[in-house]
Amino acid sequence: MQPQRATRASLVPGLGAIAAVTAYLIALLAVEKQPIIIGLLGAGIAGTFAAAWLGMLRPVGRSFAECEDALGGYAVLAACVVAAAFYDNHFVLLLVVTVLLYSVATLGLNIQFGYAGVLNFAGASFFGIGAYTAAVLNSHTAIPPLLVPLIGGLLAALIGSSLLFPVLRTRGHYAAVVTIAFALLLRTFLEVNDVLGGPQGMQVKGMQILGWSFNDNIEIGKHLELSFYMNYFIVSLLLLVGAFVLVRRLERSWVGLNLDALRLDETAASCFGLDIARWKITAFLLGNFLIGIAGALFGMVGGFVAPNNYTFADSLILVSILLLGGVGNPWGSVAATAIVVIIPEKLQTIQEYRFLLYALIVIAVLLFRPEGLLPRPVRQYFPGWRP
Amino acid sequence: MNAGLFAQYVMNGLMLGMMYALVAVGFTLFFGVLDVIKFSHGDVLTVGAFTALATYVAVAAAGVVSPALALVAMLIVATLAMAALGMLIARYLVLPLRGAPAINTLLITLMLGTVLRESVRLFYPQGANPKPFPALLPSLSVNLGSFNLRLDNVLMLAAGVLIIVGVQFLLNRTKLGLAIRAVAQDEETARTMGINFTAIVLITFALGSALAAFAGIMNGLYYNEINFGIGLYLGVVGFAAAIIGGLGSIYGAILGGFLFAALQTVGAVALPWASAYKDVFAFAVVIVIMAWRPTGLIREKISERV
Repeated sequence: MQPQRATRASLVPGLGAIAAVTAYLIALLAVEKQPIIIGLLGAGIAGTFAAAWLGMLRPVGRSFAECEDALGGYAVLAACVVAAAFYDNHFVLLLVVTVLLYSVATLGLNIQFGYAGVLNFAGASFFGIGAYTAAVLNSHTAIPPLLVPLIGGLLAALIGSSLLFPVLRTRGHYAAVVTIAFALLLRTFLEVNDVLGGPQGMQVKGMQILGWSFNDNIEIGKHLELSFYMNYFIVSLLLLVGAFVLVRRLERSWVGLNLDALRLDETAASCFGLDIARWKITAFLLGNFLIGIAGALFGMVGGFVAPNNYTFADSLILVSILLLGGVGNPWGSVAATAIVVIIPEKLQTIQEYRFLLYALIVIAVLLFRPEGLLPRPVRQYFPGWRP
Repeated sequence: MNAGLFAQYVMNGLMLGMMYALVAVGFTLFFGVLDVIKFSHGDVLTVGAFTALATYVAVAAAGVVSPALALVAMLIVATLAMAALGMLIARYLVLPLRGAPAINTLLITLMLGTVLRESVRLFYPQGANPKPFPALLPSLSVNLGSFNLRLDNVLMLAAGVLIIVGVQFLLNRTKLGLAIRAVAQDEETARTMGINFTAIVLITFALGSALAAFAGIMNGLYYNEINFGIGLYLGVVGFAAAIIGGLGSIYGAILGGFLFAALQTVGAVALPWASAYKDVFAFAVVIVIMAWRPTGLIREKISERV
């Protein structure tokens, strides 16, 4: 009997999956009639189960594992196709931008919790720090708005570093309470502080690059007018791609290996000479930096910040996105963000019941698929390499 | 500040502290037996308060006019119902996840909390609005200078103290308490000694949830109003109190509860120009305490085994 030769996975199943998801997303975003949306959602769930049952997901998984870079490029293309399909639709583009920026934030949480195992229940707070930074800097200073997200990220990391000492000293549930207390503290602070607008919040001026305002519609020729959200879409997509590549490279590098070791067994890791504090600090600050950047940009997209958008409950949604997608898997984080952001917005009939439904779904996932929708695969040092 | 005003602040702080302590004791009980955080605890409190309110409506409709009788009925119905709810949560959500990472338990109970809170908001008649809670305790009060000592507050404090002493007695002086402490210390050894682990876990969750129902009624009687969101705040504060006290220790939870209330009161008194910042102050101190004592004021007795 001949030894079975391992063949390289082909690109086709992955491409097919991306095409199917793109088509499905466009259909879902395009329809407005509630019965059709509910039908589509049902069909999507049934289709996924059927594909899993027929064994069609395994080749897709292999394809993604081995040709990740190429498929990542196609995924970016797919996002552009979705945006192009709704070039003049403000609402849909806003949704897409929200998905992109929330994805960046969950990638930040992924570095903290997924790799280093540092709990952060204040994700929305750091997101909010970024947004408030944008609000203050854009209206009171002449700092080029393109730099503002960067400053927002740095500020989020800086304010987050005030938590470093307690975070490093505590573990498990005790560490959780540090970030929970911070989330409540910041929210209360924003609410009672008049300088930052109090409970009403404040306006955020939009992004401007070299005098080109992002808040004007783009006119190409005479007849084609693109929604102004298209500007933000491009910037957000670039940001997401950058963050995604960063997280992926980080994971595969020796830094990621150190972080994994740290999460799995702190004692063993320090026995092998890893500096626990150093790597925890790196992960915590880097994660908050990403969250802050996304928050600053999101503040400009929304044009408005208020304490109510950055509560403990929002932080919990970020954490549950992470678990829903599969802790440690950036693809899962992005997919779960899309699900969590888009579905409640589309299901307006169940507006009242959406939090209830959302909570029930997360409970079901935790009970029946505790590793998340797309569990983290085994680390691959060299994608596509086989002995 | 004169003595009367001071006494008023102390009284308010004591009332708040009692409520926080009751919630925190629940957290610490659950953590003791299963090493889990059950974050739906605060929302169980909300459901308990609303159950009590529904009982009051039902009892009033049945023609009972005596407030004492109504209160007793509310206490019995709410505590029993919440005890049952606590057992259901433990049986179907917490125990099945024992092998999973701690964050999964934390998240699943958080989500359950959302389900409970939203259910109250959506399915209780006009649950989205604040509901007046009947004042069932005698409204006598004594004026001591500028301090207005209200009999209902004294009664509630006394009841709270009795409950905590009762829980303490149950844990330290009865066979059931011995079993709970045994399970908390070492599950496997407890099992080999013939202790029914599942039963003890369920009883502990019932006990903690009944305490939450009691705290919920106390909250309603104190503020004369309840809404679907009270549990979220009380739950987070109770959790913080249990943590700063030191998880797994009843005394720690009580200490943490009163300490947090004291911080809020001090925050309100010491920062008169900015009493709105009292929560900012209290939570900042919580973070500082965590940095100073990473496993709570009363440290856990076990040391880490490598």
